[in-house]
Amino acid sequence: MQANLKIQRYDPEVGEEPRYDSHQLDLPEYATVLDALLQIRDDVDGSLAMRASCRSAICGSCSMRINGEARLACKTLIANIVQVEGAEVTIEPMGNMPVVKDLVVDMSMFWDKVQKIQPGLLPKTPEPEREFIVSNDSMLDLATALNCIMCGACVSDCTVLEVDKEFIGPAALAKAYRFSNDPRDNATDLRLDLYSQENYIWSCTRCFQCVQVCPKDVAPMEKIMSLRKQTIEAGHTNNPGTRHTQAFADSIRKTGRLDEIRLTVKAFGITNITAMIQLIPIGWRAFRHKKMPHLLPKSISSIKNVRRIMDKLGNE
Amino acid sequence: MATIQHDVIIIGGGLAGMRAAHEALTQGGDVAMISKIYPTRSHSAAAQGGMQAALTEEDSWESHAYDTVKGSDYLGDQDAIEILCREGVDDIIAMERMGVIFNRDESGKIDARAFGGTSAKRTCFVADQTGQALLHVMWEQLLRLGLKTYDEWFVTDLLVENNRCVGSVAMQISTGQLHLVRAKATVLCTGGAGHIYAPSTNGLAVTADGLGMAYRAGASLMDMEGVQHHPTTLKSNGVLITEGARGEGAYLLNSKGERFMENYAPNMLELASRDVVSRAETTEILEGRGVDGTVFIDLRHLGRELITTKLAQIYELARDYANCNVIEEPLPIQPGYHYLMGGIKTDVDGRTWDVSGNNKWKGVEALFAAGETANVSVHGGNRLGGNSLLDTVVFGRRTGAGAVEYAKSVDYGEISEASVKDTEARIKSLFDRPDGVRSATLRREMGAAMNDGIAVFRNEESMNIALQKVRALKEKLPEVSLHNSGRIFNTDLLAYFELENMMDVAEAIALSALSRKESRGAHARTDFPDRDDENWLKHTLATKGNSGPEISYLPVTITKWEPTVRSY
Repeated sequence: MQANLKIQRYDPEVGEEPRYDSHQLDLPEYATVLDALLQIRDDVDGSLAMRASCRSAICGSCSMRINGEARLACKTLIANIVQVEGAEVTIEPMGNMPVVKDLVVDMSMFWDKVQKIQPGLLPKTPEPEREFIVSNDSMLDLATALNCIMCGACVSDCTVLEVDKEFIGPAALAKAYRFSNDPRDNATDLRLDLYSQENYIWSCTRCFQCVQVCPKDVAPMEKIMSLRKQTIEAGHTNNPGTRHTQAFADSIRKTGRLDEIRLTVKAFGITNITAMIQLIPIGWRAFRHKKMPHLLPKSISSIKNVRRIMDKLGNE
Repeated sequence: MATIQHDVIIIGGGLAGMRAAHEALTQGGDVAMISKIYPTRSHSAAAQGGMQAALTEEDSWESHAYDTVKGSDYLGDQDAIEILCREGVDDIIAMERMGVIFNRDESGKIDARAFGGTSAKRTCFVADQTGQALLHVMWEQLLRLGLKTYDEWFVTDLLVENNRCVGSVAMQISTGQLHLVRAKATVLCTGGAGHIYAPSTNGLAVTADGLGMAYRAGASLMDMEGVQHHPTTLKSNGVLITEGARGEGAYLLNSKGERFMENYAPNMLELASRDVVSRAETTEILEGRGVDGTVFIDLRHLGRELITTKLAQIYELARDYANCNVIEEPLPIQPGYHYLMGGIKTDVDGRTWDVSGNNKWKGVEALFAAGETANVSVHGGNRLGGNSLLDTVVFGRRTGAGAVEYAKSVDYGEISEASVKDTEARIKSLFDRPDGVRSATLRREMGAAMNDGIAVFRNEESMNIALQKVRALKEKLPEVSLHNSGRIFNTDLLAYFELENMMDVAEAIALSALSRKESRGAHARTDFPDRDDENWLKHTLATKGNSGPEISYLPVTITKWEPTVRSY
């Protein structure tokens, strides 16, 4: 099978801008992107820097952008890509993290954020003599998060991290889910309080990108949504995220429209003077560009139907 | 000179290294861990099927120990095996307490599945990704405890003064800078020798680094002829298909559709010991009842639900790397290099030297080892599936404790900065070499030679050919040239250091295998097909001599179980 690999190269010791090298390769039928890269590194150009180890999608080393999307090189068959996306395969380092050399990125920010969610089970006391007696289902539920191999693909392609480097990110929050839902853990309430703070669960914009790129079907965004529900149910509601969600629902129930002024004020809190003052220039710019939302939005004609739907949803 | 200093330095961040670090840390030691890859990337993550221990009332640690002794073909040291099986029970409970999400039975207790060579269902598991589940949980706990780690640092050499390990030289991979590492106790947890063989189930990072360094430093490599070929690996890339598949009831079939294990192990069938199953498969293939060098594992009768829950990972691996839907069709597999029973000779507290002072074996004071890189001899001639993860946590823990205790009793040794300058000079001379051969070329030729000569079956002639080939390749090391003379993330340079380590160890494997003139466990010689307890109930030791490895012997420790005929 023929394939043309276009690989982004960057060597800080040379100091030039990133460039692309092309390699025309003849590969076996079941060759993965990793097989192709190893062939290049072993025989053609040993200066190519990349990470790889297990070759079976469990160590999480070899994530990189393949045709613009973060994937594991060892799990991506060249034949599948070539069939759907054409014979030229573009390989680049992961996004949202600084490049060290070629396909190697500096993941220290990634690991620091995992540390921030306070990993490590704190077992309930008094500890049982033997193992904790828990249901298999409760363990299987955690397994969906523990399938995460920390490859970084979700962080690479996270659209929030692109604009907000402080966001804890999908991988760390999937791990957070694993602790706050573990029936053996003793610190659930402290954890939920932490996770409901700024830069944690409420910063996600639900773009689905992490669900799309995760090679282990962890679906981090679903874990984040589940954490939101859990924090509200546990009463951790005194934060902008929860207030924003509540104001959103209130607005829809009241008029069927999004009342952006009240939404913003409620989310930050009317008594939050600093935030209120900061909103003034934004409001002024909106006014100047004739984008100021209506101060008293009218209800839509079918508002009763909207309320009926919301009641039904609320009951479920 | 850049220097780091800790009482206990653990080299290697897999499950053994992490468990050693955890124990050292909880005992209040000044400890740090160096790993050439980020710790969660370690190959422990690839262990699939499970971890053995006798947790139920119907089972006993003695029964587990007997199975392990028998599995080892009586080459395992029974004092160490007793510790493994007795203490392993609490170690599994401790791992559960740390957060491992073991699959549960209906009463909510830790569930267990059947595994090869065992008389009870005692392999605890997390689906078919038990290693990853253990490794990540241990890592979470180390994050919580705040362990100091040096991630992506590569140790090039151990520093030995007066036969005592006083530290090491390490390179920070992201910068290429060398550091002097001072330690009162140095613990090697660097895993096996995976890429001495091709194909191999092991990750690319498994390159015999600790084994090579310890050998050069003067430690003994024990029972290196003990090389395990796993019965079920993929032909395309050598990737592992868990023994858990057979534990859950999968069949092995030849080209005629026969369950051929009936002819080799009429009682245990597919769940005989790994050496037995690998020999059976190889015989089937050699006698013409295979297809393209493979036989088949058949999971169809297990049904979709079991496969997609308890064996989800191998369902994906077969689909991705062999284009095979195991729910609907048998999967072609073959025996492939998997595990090194041999390793650095240690006592039951991880010490590589003989603390009795009798010098029964050659070791290096202050140097410890645990996990696959060590040989405390719980696996002997053949390791049972599910015993390697247990080995890492039981002896990782004991070694961490042993290292802290030792470090309390000594001061830092004198250390010379010249050693770092030597390594620096070596790197410069490597950069300056004229165009020559690629290290990958030599690695592949070594892998093929070892796989041809010292595999499931072996004999004097095949092993001699392998040894001569490895020696010829070793002589070519000075001709290797690098494509990269930069310092930042230079993996070409690392590949060279790794190759040096692998070549030393390959030579030790070949010579140890040649020396043992009998068949025992995975060491199956066609020219000496029987076990010979009279002459060979002893360990093989390989130590560095002036012109290569020198072989000597050490008695096997027998406590309760006298050798008898081994059948399954």
